[in-house]
Amino acid sequence: MTAPSIMAAPVSPAEAPAEPRRQTVRRRLALLALAAVVLVLAYQFAFVGDADAGYVMGLRLRQLGALVVVGAATGFATVLFQTIANSRILTPGVMGFDALFVFVQTIFVAVFGSAIVVDVDVRTRFLIDLVVMSAFGTVLFRWIFRRSSRDLFVLVLIGIVLGSLFTSLSLLSSRLLSPDDFLTLQDLTFASFNTVDRHLLVLTAVITVAAISAGIPLLRRLDVVALGRDSAVTLGVDYHRVVTATLLVVTVLVAVSTALVGPLTFVGLIVANLARRVLPTYRHSVLVTGAALWGIAFTVGGQFLVARVLDFSTTLTVCVNLVGGVYYVWLLLREATS
Amino acid sequence: MSVGGGRQPIADRVVDPIGARSRGPATDRDDDRCDPEAARRRTARRRLVVAAVVLAVGSFLSLFVGVISVAPWSILDQDSDAYRALVISRIPRLLALLLAGSSLAVAGVIMQQVMRNRFVSPSTAGTTESAVLGIVLATLWFGGSSLTVRMLFAIATALVGTFVFVHLLRRVRLADIIVVPLLGLMFGAVITAVTVFIAYRYDLLQLIEIWTTGSFSRVLQGRYEPLYLVLLGAVVAYVFADRFTVVGMGERFATNLGVNHARILNLGIGIAAVNTAIVVVVVGAVPFLGLIVPNVVALWAGDNLRRTLPITALAGAAFVLACDVVGRVIRHPYEIPVGTVAGVIGGVVFIVLILRARTDRIG
Repeated sequence: MTAPSIMAAPVSPAEAPAEPRRQTVRRRLALLALAAVVLVLAYQFAFVGDADAGYVMGLRLRQLGALVVVGAATGFATVLFQTIANSRILTPGVMGFDALFVFVQTIFVAVFGSAIVVDVDVRTRFLIDLVVMSAFGTVLFRWIFRRSSRDLFVLVLIGIVLGSLFTSLSLLSSRLLSPDDFLTLQDLTFASFNTVDRHLLVLTAVITVAAISAGIPLLRRLDVVALGRDSAVTLGVDYHRVVTATLLVVTVLVAVSTALVGPLTFVGLIVANLARRVLPTYRHSVLVTGAALWGIAFTVGGQFLVARVLDFSTTLTVCVNLVGGVYYVWLLLREATS
Repeated sequence: MSVGGGRQPIADRVVDPIGARSRGPATDRDDDRCDPEAARRRTARRRLVVAAVVLAVGSFLSLFVGVISVAPWSILDQDSDAYRALVISRIPRLLALLLAGSSLAVAGVIMQQVMRNRFVSPSTAGTTESAVLGIVLATLWFGGSSLTVRMLFAIATALVGTFVFVHLLRRVRLADIIVVPLLGLMFGAVITAVTVFIAYRYDLLQLIEIWTTGSFSRVLQGRYEPLYLVLLGAVVAYVFADRFTVVGMGERFATNLGVNHARILNLGIGIAAVNTAIVVVVVGAVPFLGLIVPNVVALWAGDNLRRTLPITALAGAAFVLACDVVGRVIRHPYEIPVGTVAGVIGGVVFIVLILRARTDRIG
């Protein structure tokens, strides 16, 4: 099985000679990095006004920390996920990963009760969530992949329905909670870029760096996995181990981002596809860097636009859902009619 | 939709009509003169009666589930709390449940028939989401508007949204039927994003939840009666049932039989959209109902619409009734909205249906 048409980059890498192509890639990566840095600086220093500068700087720094962590984690995770799912229209967000995270948190409160949850330090709680979620997510998605790994649309559809199922289940279990527990749960799952817990930010940043470092040795093998399962096995890659390890990294990264700012279904889809579009290469080391940079530029730029230019008349999530939804319909139509 | 007939009966708890048929209906044979059509019609009728009886018993029992304990004989004492609970809340609620459930199921089965895709339904074609958008717009432009205004807006947007989706589908030649619900869900997500965008700007976010999660706890005497309008759609659907079946056999076949394909298609979609909008305005959305109920019914009753329409309506009503009773009992004396319960059950059944559709696609 060769790589299906979905994986083909719009600019076919095979046609361009190797040296200029490498240069193009390098130049574009540099441009992306520059854009990300400019946006970060603009976010931090533009429009301070005459408010208490020290306070503003501290708050913005925290928000920026969250945006950068989320952008990088989402971009990195999505490229990895697309490769093992062997499709560009499959992303963790679309597959219901973030809904799963909310569900795990709900179950957590339902089982242990708010008393225990409140007493536990926010970091410990996050770590427990993370372990449960990673185990559950990896097992679940392994099962789905095995069940219908060759059937792209079934996979996406099941993912979407699972997402809505988890949402309903979270709603259902949250209705079963006592009012106290429910309030605790709301505190846990209510997250946004505007209110970032400092302790959680440091912890998630550390975990993100750790997860990305754990993912880096996988990248070269993922270059081979992208050729399709059979080719990868023929070429001597331990396919199942790579897929399981990748899923684990992806789950951790998604959990980090969801814990920090709540579900952002389409960010990964947009930035990963932008990266694949702009960078004419199959090499994952380049693609994940590009996607992470796009992710940072996208979240920071988007939040800058929403908060400073549009003056909070909408939220980043709403905008992303609107743009991402339309883009997804377009991708699907292109995919399904080809 | 063609896979329904020859399949093993599943979840056939009521009687065992198909099983009886496949074993050879020894008792029916004499008067049927081996006429399979007459036998089939009779099993269909028998099935319908059994389903109706089951639903009637369930409905009756549901009247006694709730915070105020009500005994059957309290209907005689017009001054009691129990009597008032029955007349003001329980009976209207039951009627609303039956109307909403049956009309959503009928909307689903018609859409599936005329679109020739068993994964099309009000919740997978942007219909529900469009209706909610209409309600938000009505609230925005006319303030605390009357139910009539909201309903008109919801009907209009539901029609527009559904037809946009249907014509989008007819434009593109899709290779795979499973793409259709996928596109529909995404289409709905885009419309929801527009709705949320508007609602966020004008502080209407909390209102959205009322219509996206169907609940019958607001149904009281005097507040649900517009729901009776769905009966109109149901009657039209029944009259045109045979033509919908023919349209479901394909455009060329339908035209050959003298049926105006485009007109009947639009009529079917129109009825489905209007009925869905009415239900959404009065009680809110019940996710996946229009999708899973017709599919489960088709598994053991085939897809002759004239025959399956009544039974689909009964099954839809029974499904909503069951979800509502579960929601009322599970956290007594509090309530869980029917939309949430249906979302859980419907999601699971939908996934099973998708996996089934794939495993026996060869057949």
